[in-house]
Amino acid sequence: MGDNHHHKETFITKYIFSQDHKMISKQYLITGLLMGIIGIGMSMLFRIQLAWPEDPNIFLELFLGKWAEDGVMDPNIYLALVTIHGTIMVFFVLTAGLSGTFSNLLIPLQIGARDMASGFLNMISYWLFFLSCVIMLISLFVTAGPAAAGWTIYPPLSALPQAQPGSGLGMTLWLVSMAIFIASSLLGSLNYVVTVLNLRTKGMSMTKLPLTIWAFFVTAIIGILSFPVLLSAALLLIMDRSFGTSFYLSDIFIQGEVLHYQGGSPVLFEHLFWFLGHPEVYIVLLPALGITSEIVATHARKPIFGYRAMIMSIIAIAFLSTIVWGHHMFITGMNPFLGSVFTFTTLLIAIPSAVKAFNYITTLWKGNLQLNPAMLFSIGLVSTFISGGLTGLILGNSALDINVHDTYFVVAHFHLVMGISALYGLFAGVYHWFPKMFGRMMNKKLGYVHFWITAIASYGIFFPMHFIGMAGLPRRYYTNTAFPYFDDLADINVLISVFAFIAGAAQLVFLYNFIHSIFYGKKTEQNPWKSNTLEWTAPVKHIHGNWEGEIPSVHRWAYDYSKPGHKEDFVPQDVPLKKGEEEH
Amino acid sequence: MNILLIFIIVIIIGIALWQLKKIFEIAQVSMDNSQIASDKDNRLNGKLMFAFLGFLYILMLFSFWKWGDLLLPKAASAHGKEYDFLMNISFILIFFVQFVTQAVLHYFAYKYRGKKEGKAFFYHENHKLELIWTVIPIIALAVLITYGLRTWSKIMYPKENEKALVLGLYAQQFNWKARYAGVDNVLGEAHVRYLQEFDGKNIVGIDPDDPYGKDDVVVTQEIHLPVGREVILKMRSQDVIHSAYIPHFRVQMNCVPGMITQFAFTPTITTAQMRKNEDIVKKVNKINAIRTENNKELIAKGEETLEPYEFDYILLCNKICGASHYNMQMKIIVESEEEFQKWLAEQKTFAEVIQ
Repeated sequence: MGDNHHHKETFITKYIFSQDHKMISKQYLITGLLMGIIGIGMSMLFRIQLAWPEDPNIFLELFLGKWAEDGVMDPNIYLALVTIHGTIMVFFVLTAGLSGTFSNLLIPLQIGARDMASGFLNMISYWLFFLSCVIMLISLFVTAGPAAAGWTIYPPLSALPQAQPGSGLGMTLWLVSMAIFIASSLLGSLNYVVTVLNLRTKGMSMTKLPLTIWAFFVTAIIGILSFPVLLSAALLLIMDRSFGTSFYLSDIFIQGEVLHYQGGSPVLFEHLFWFLGHPEVYIVLLPALGITSEIVATHARKPIFGYRAMIMSIIAIAFLSTIVWGHHMFITGMNPFLGSVFTFTTLLIAIPSAVKAFNYITTLWKGNLQLNPAMLFSIGLVSTFISGGLTGLILGNSALDINVHDTYFVVAHFHLVMGISALYGLFAGVYHWFPKMFGRMMNKKLGYVHFWITAIASYGIFFPMHFIGMAGLPRRYYTNTAFPYFDDLADINVLISVFAFIAGAAQLVFLYNFIHSIFYGKKTEQNPWKSNTLEWTAPVKHIHGNWEGEIPSVHRWAYDYSKPGHKEDFVPQDVPLKKGEEEH
Repeated sequence: MNILLIFIIVIIIGIALWQLKKIFEIAQVSMDNSQIASDKDNRLNGKLMFAFLGFLYILMLFSFWKWGDLLLPKAASAHGKEYDFLMNISFILIFFVQFVTQAVLHYFAYKYRGKKEGKAFFYHENHKLELIWTVIPIIALAVLITYGLRTWSKIMYPKENEKALVLGLYAQQFNWKARYAGVDNVLGEAHVRYLQEFDGKNIVGIDPDDPYGKDDVVVTQEIHLPVGREVILKMRSQDVIHSAYIPHFRVQMNCVPGMITQFAFTPTITTAQMRKNEDIVKKVNKINAIRTENNKELIAKGEETLEPYEFDYILLCNKICGASHYNMQMKIIVESEEEFQKWLAEQKTFAEVIQ
């Protein structure tokens, strides 16, 4: 890696099959954003359906064509929309788009490495991700419709084409796409772990790493441990679907026919799925929390409070996240004793989470807060992380889960705690590192408009949603008009949808700002935020190998902000300790 | 037609963006928009942060005032009381923490908004403080976990009860069926391979050779339950996973093909009593007001009007199961033991059906 000679690059090696981590990170970001537009767009369509379930709507016909003839949505397509919305947002936007973008950009730059350990694997990882996106998008155009069994694709619904139209070719493509996605994610994660362990610059001990890197590092480890299990779950499902095995299926009678499957159990699939599925929540969330740690400290001009406690809680959350998957399965027919065990482990996660939240708040205390858009989104993240995390105390408690399981209460909970929070992390990261990625600044005013509308609208969407969940309305219902009992929820659904459209529109402001700033934003100086971390010691113009000449060596932690005895309110990591100066 | 519409929308969006761009260019002339907050920005956004706290509080209070009656429908089962108590404790705890932490977070964001000449306080460790806020959640969680596990065990491991009514629930796309165990109170063996026997009259696949199955009673329209007697639900599904969800009884359990799942509960309020309950009356009136309003529209359009709503316990499907998942329901009627026995005697047993 160490070589720094500038070999000639063609358009293709520079912009397409690039092995440079900075370019790959931009590729991840832009692909992730494109998938995000599709994922959020789908939610707009099903919010139309949920708010005005009986009225024909021209937008539905416009976007869904034959699946919404005369503007009335087909119930199968409603299920397909929620399925693909979930899949795209969880995997393609918040896993690849968030973690892929910032792990790639920041790991080499913040630890002081010239590139990832293997640029080639990194390139393959991105292109596998791209391929899986393409396959997922192709599945939207299958005659019978895309996969529609929910993003958790529980068999037998997902295994039997007789059970619903989406479980035919659409489901096959979904599985293929996810298998490729997992391969991509594993290659990426291996690369991150190896890079962090081996390529840190001189002086960069593990206890001097910025918290972003800690978060990416631990995230990569849980990814490596849990994604293969989802791959095996998917492979077994493919076998059940195509080769007549009975891993997940038994005693089935459908469409007037007894099927031959004997002895399998859908509960097995649920175990395998959630063995990834729950860590996945933290694969999505930890990078966002890492980004927040960095941004809150930098823009508060104050060291992060409890650096070691933050590392410990990242590790604790990661460890616990692998032994709590059963809380998705309290009422699946699993042995109730297991329910007790998983209640115990699940509620334990609240402890490191609470520590993190308190530490963020204390970091703000007596700071000199620079309320830039990146900072606003980080504070917003702490707010939604608390609001969404607290309802986890209800859902994680097996006894209470009985009546709210799979209702809108769950939808509200996880959208706040992992959806909105992780999206805020993504936005905060983009606003903060945009100068590093594109050499220009984004527009501040538009950033503020984007944040405030999004912040108000997202609470407007998800806070009322708790109420319809507590009232007993199940999720994934095409309409609630089949039950007169739910008639009084119609108003709330309209309100939620209106907020959803506002939130959706606010993202257009971001998109405009993003695209416009890439070309016309104000040129940035090298260290616009007066930040301590190493990426800002690299030149604005991207060069292969990141630094001209020597890689800077590290003498202090990343959080010497407003340290007494220094003229400036920041001391970059490559500044040697003064004589007699104590390490933080 | 569609293509034309898309075309027009694209053009309109294009024009809008172009106009937006112009506005911003004009606005940018006089100010630095390079994303680094000035003191003015810090002041404004600091105040907005504080205002946002107000918004959050108002949203929470307004929601409870306006929709508080939706929270947890009235419990009508023996374990419902305990469930509700645990839920209320959790809610109080959650709201306390939510109110305090959000207040502190947003207040700090306002109070410590940056100034050009300002300097932050170099402060990054306090083991005592960290210990305190690790220990307090541990204590709160210990209470929640202990109490939660106790409730869970009580619900999941009911005491042996010979008088309990054994009721089979049978799920398929997209309806429910129920099977009473008959005089012997034992459900006959069943399997999907028996479904096609007797010209499809064996609708839940009871083994015709099992003597326990002969007196079983299968119903498809509504479930009747005697009040005050424990019911043991034994659930099966013939095709995909479904979930039997009865919100008023605080009951939910998945129905999984290939296995039998179980949930026991005791209904404590009859349908007739429930209909007279104050909360329910209020809710029913509210719903009927909405339905009358909707009927006006329907009449104007010349469509069929909605029936007035009357309260009934409902069994819903709460696990995605296909196109009509949203309409997979069954009515449940809770009545006195005598009424129940009378109703049950009118139903045909399995032996009678297959004759």
